[in-house]
Amino acid sequence: MLARLRKNPAAKWLGLALVAAALAVLPFAVEATAGRGWVRIIDFALLYIMLALGLNIVVGFAGLLDLGYIAFYAVGAYMWALLASPHLTANFPAFAAMFPGGLHFPIWTMIPLGAALAAVFGVLLGAPTLRLRGDYLAIVTLGFGEIIRIFLNNLNAPVNITNGPQGITKIDPFSIFGVPFNKPLAVFGLNIPPVTLYYYLFLLLVVAIIFISLRLEDSRIGRAWVAIREDEIAAKAMGINTRNVKLLAFAMGATFGGVAGGLFAGFQGFVSPESFTLLESIMVLSMVVLGGMGHVPGVVLGAVLLATLPEAIRYTVVPAQKFLFDRQVIDPESLRMLLFGLALILVMLYRPAGLWPSQVRKREFAAAEKAGRVEPEQFPDRTDASEGARL
Amino acid sequence: MSFHPEIFLQQIVNGLVLGSIYALVALGYTMVYGILGLINFAHGEVVMIGALTALSVILALHGAAPDLPAALYILAGTLVAIPVTMTLGYTIERVAYRPLRNAPRLAPLITAIGVSIVLQNVALLVWGRSYHPWPPILPTTPHTFLGANITDLQIFIVAGAAAIMAGLTLLVNKTKLGRAMRATAENPAVAGLMGVNVNVIISITFVIGAALGAVAGVMVSANYQIAHYYMGFILGLKAFTAAVLGGIGNLAGAMLGGLLLGLIESLGAGYIGDLTGGFLGSHYQDVFAFFVLILVLVFRPSGLVGERVAERA
Amino acid sequence: MQTRLLSAGVFAAIAALALAGCGKEEPKPAPKAEAPAAPAAPPPPPELVVKIGHVAPLTGNIAHLGKDNENGARLAVDDLNAMGIVVDGKKLKFELVGEDDQADPKTGTVVAQKLVDAKVNAVVGHLNSGTTIPASKIYNDAGIAQISPSATNPTYTQQGFKTAFRVMANDVQQGSVLGEYAAKNLKAQTIAIIDDRTAYGQGLADEVEKAAKAAGAKIVAREFTKNDATDFTAILTKIKGKKPDVIFYGGMDAQAGPMLKQIKTLGIKSKYLTGDGGCSPELIKLAGDAAEGIYCSQAGLPLDKMPRGADFAKRYKDKFNTDVQIYAPYSYDAVLVIADAIKRANSAEPAKIVAALPATATDGVTGKVQFDEKGDVKNGAITVYTVKGGKLEVLEVQGGSPMAQAVSAVKAEVKEAVKEAEKAAGDAAKAVEKEVKKVEEAVKK
Repeated sequence: MLARLRKNPAAKWLGLALVAAALAVLPFAVEATAGRGWVRIIDFALLYIMLALGLNIVVGFAGLLDLGYIAFYAVGAYMWALLASPHLTANFPAFAAMFPGGLHFPIWTMIPLGAALAAVFGVLLGAPTLRLRGDYLAIVTLGFGEIIRIFLNNLNAPVNITNGPQGITKIDPFSIFGVPFNKPLAVFGLNIPPVTLYYYLFLLLVVAIIFISLRLEDSRIGRAWVAIREDEIAAKAMGINTRNVKLLAFAMGATFGGVAGGLFAGFQGFVSPESFTLLESIMVLSMVVLGGMGHVPGVVLGAVLLATLPEAIRYTVVPAQKFLFDRQVIDPESLRMLLFGLALILVMLYRPAGLWPSQVRKREFAAAEKAGRVEPEQFPDRTDASEGARL
Repeated sequence: MSFHPEIFLQQIVNGLVLGSIYALVALGYTMVYGILGLINFAHGEVVMIGALTALSVILALHGAAPDLPAALYILAGTLVAIPVTMTLGYTIERVAYRPLRNAPRLAPLITAIGVSIVLQNVALLVWGRSYHPWPPILPTTPHTFLGANITDLQIFIVAGAAAIMAGLTLLVNKTKLGRAMRATAENPAVAGLMGVNVNVIISITFVIGAALGAVAGVMVSANYQIAHYYMGFILGLKAFTAAVLGGIGNLAGAMLGGLLLGLIESLGAGYIGDLTGGFLGSHYQDVFAFFVLILVLVFRPSGLVGERVAERA
Repeated sequence: MQTRLLSAGVFAAIAALALAGCGKEEPKPAPKAEAPAAPAAPPPPPELVVKIGHVAPLTGNIAHLGKDNENGARLAVDDLNAMGIVVDGKKLKFELVGEDDQADPKTGTVVAQKLVDAKVNAVVGHLNSGTTIPASKIYNDAGIAQISPSATNPTYTQQGFKTAFRVMANDVQQGSVLGEYAAKNLKAQTIAIIDDRTAYGQGLADEVEKAAKAAGAKIVAREFTKNDATDFTAILTKIKGKKPDVIFYGGMDAQAGPMLKQIKTLGIKSKYLTGDGGCSPELIKLAGDAAEGIYCSQAGLPLDKMPRGADFAKRYKDKFNTDVQIYAPYSYDAVLVIADAIKRANSAEPAKIVAALPATATDGVTGKVQFDEKGDVKNGAITVYTVKGGKLEVLEVQGGSPMAQAVSAVKAEVKEAVKEAEKAAGDAAKAVEKEVKKVEEAVKK
């Protein structure tokens, strides 16, 4: 049924138009029913979708376990913070002389610059890890992530580049065609608040990133990544330049993170290193794995769920406790995290391939299960070639 | 800048004590990894629960009878904490890891993260957010050797870590249980055919790892005289780094990695700042550790004494 | 067990959803409440509802401080409502809209947005600098005045926002007092400085370094740790080699406690000085006897030295059945300052409040509140304490309004006398106890 619908171009376009219309009115519906605070939460969810899709290229497509992905987000955020705030001109007379009007890069430069810088970092951090696999790769990428964060936290001396733990404030809000994003915009009598403006901007980029991800998946490169993920040695034997293809995965994945970081900086108007901790990396990885590694719709689902679930629990736990016990029995913050942890465990136990895995993985996994049933003691034998296959 | 030999010696002592603690926790990671090839991310939290349980017992005992010898309190605390963490270790393996043995590799990693979050928040509900100080039972006056200070407890930690390592090595290499463990690590399917009850062996490994976690937890919290619900995360991360540095899955590697990491941290924080004119001061302590780790792994992709070679297939 | 917990959680979630469904947002007896109030004989002036937003972490490890702030503001709101202020022919009815930011920057902005949506007239908060700064942008964009009772990071008021104010001395003020104190009162020629690489710790440590250098001391070591560290032996050993007169730590009590114990084990003899993050009973609990004789400071006056502190403390205790933690008097004053601005502006419109705030001169619990051109409080007081016999003792008050100091001087003398008397009594009691114990033991034998 669905397949037939897909083949019908008219139905396909109609479906797309419906989805687009729904997404366009979403912020207004949310604002009317749940308040503007929720629009902001959705904005953050959109940023997490970008991050999760970026990490999905590295982990999901190419099968390289990366625990330091948040570093690229940080690189993008700090780049934009430096290019669109008075920090550099205030601290370096040379910059003040070069930009007498202050540094105010337009948003158009942010996307290519953020993407390019993050890609460079992706290659730089990826290059030393080419020989590593599985858990060794995980710990090294984790180390790189922490190293970047530590440098951001400490580079306020001897020269003040990042302003250290104080973070960078007064980052310009975005503005497109002279429309500033920090003030409500009146269009045809409709007053669009800033959070909703950001929503449309983020949505646009998310759509672009989803499109790129889908096209990449079907491309030569995408198939090369999958080949590496499934069996690196076989891939090499088939003539794939594994080094370049792996580096490309790191670079491609990083670009999404860099762009998301730049958006985050402009959106918040403030960046500080505490937004880029290891916990955030783990969170993004959980989104990818929980949603369904390598499957774009699954990853989007995972990101939306994990970004909104803790907030939803926040909005419900306190009133629920008040209702049930007439007072706060359990600290809602810990209950929130407790439920989150339980959700991670349960989803993995019952859907180990993710909530919405791709058809291929689902089949593979079913086969593995079957094999497991025939031979109950069969363990993943840990020779490294098959290690990649199961990742 | 002048060089003080007694300060250098003190830094070595600091590094050895810190390194022994890392090594003890790293043993727990490496045992599980050696058998299952799984990063038991929750091990740090097991250590934390062990520390807090022991401290609760010690505090209760100290409240009831304040004049017993220090060793007795610690022994009592440890003896209660060990079964608690053993149960915990068994349950974690049974609930969160065993059902996923045939699952994609990352699935158990995510459940491990989930278990770790759950344990942390359960501890938060039980013990609260505050830092719990130890009662003043331990002698704090240090011994002085050549200008370096070391307490009885620190000597005990270094010696204890070495003894436990030796004991474990004997267990793995000389006993029947150890042989079954090695067989399971080598090839579980074949081990099963040879009459090894693989599930039991894996459970035992988890339980031993958890017991070690309790001992490590008591030692860590005794050394710093403090325990709280978040202590496991950072400690676990450091210990895991140590295990990988030495070559994960290898007992001697865990010990070596732990000691090395401790020494790098204390000497790095102590001297690199002055050597680089204050640029790379103690705020880059973790960077030194990760940098050495990355260097080692780039040149020896399976750790310092790791047995497994990366490109085996 | 896990499934049971989960089902409890699911149930809780469903219950909450149901709740949210029936009682959404509770529009509170807002303007509509005027109608039923009408039938009274002389027509009372119509009510004007003034919503004051309050944000602080109500969950997390400093939840007790957050609740304290909120209570202070609540007390002020009740007092103001009892006074029955009439502005522009309308009786003001103050309402407090309390929110929880969990001390997390991202949540801080989400909650700030929530308050802007709820159309509050002004905001008191947030508690931490890390949440106050990103949130200040949202309030500024919306043109709503924000008065923080406790954020001490200087950046907050340096962003050029016309809406940002604080009623507490900032880190520059505190840091310069501490730096001078180290160099002059503690007579330090060499100082080692440690900070925890957080916005608070690093900011304070930098100011101390500047002030100490200006006062002629030499910084012999600048070391760093983390706000989740427990092992400080490496940096302390390095500092030991430099033999400083004073060690200053910019960070929280949770690290300062173990650090003091390690200082003792390593045999370091330097004096120890720290800021308000480490100036708490918690520190003494964690460090035990290693805390004896250290120096620390708190921004603001000690409660018993505030002009109306004693009265405030009593009424607070009566109302909330708990003691004032630290910042409640400041959040109380922040609300008073807003009410005063409304009176002077003769309007509760957010923009008018913002315009009226710079000219503030309100007599509050903490003294006379006036703002400088940036929005920082003028003459913010700093109190230096020492730890003696397991308790914090006031050594000196710097800054603060002159009246407060005069009062404080007298009170301090009285208190000292009382304390000595207490101590004498305590010693006597201890001696008796010891005797009794000895006798008991003898009997046992």
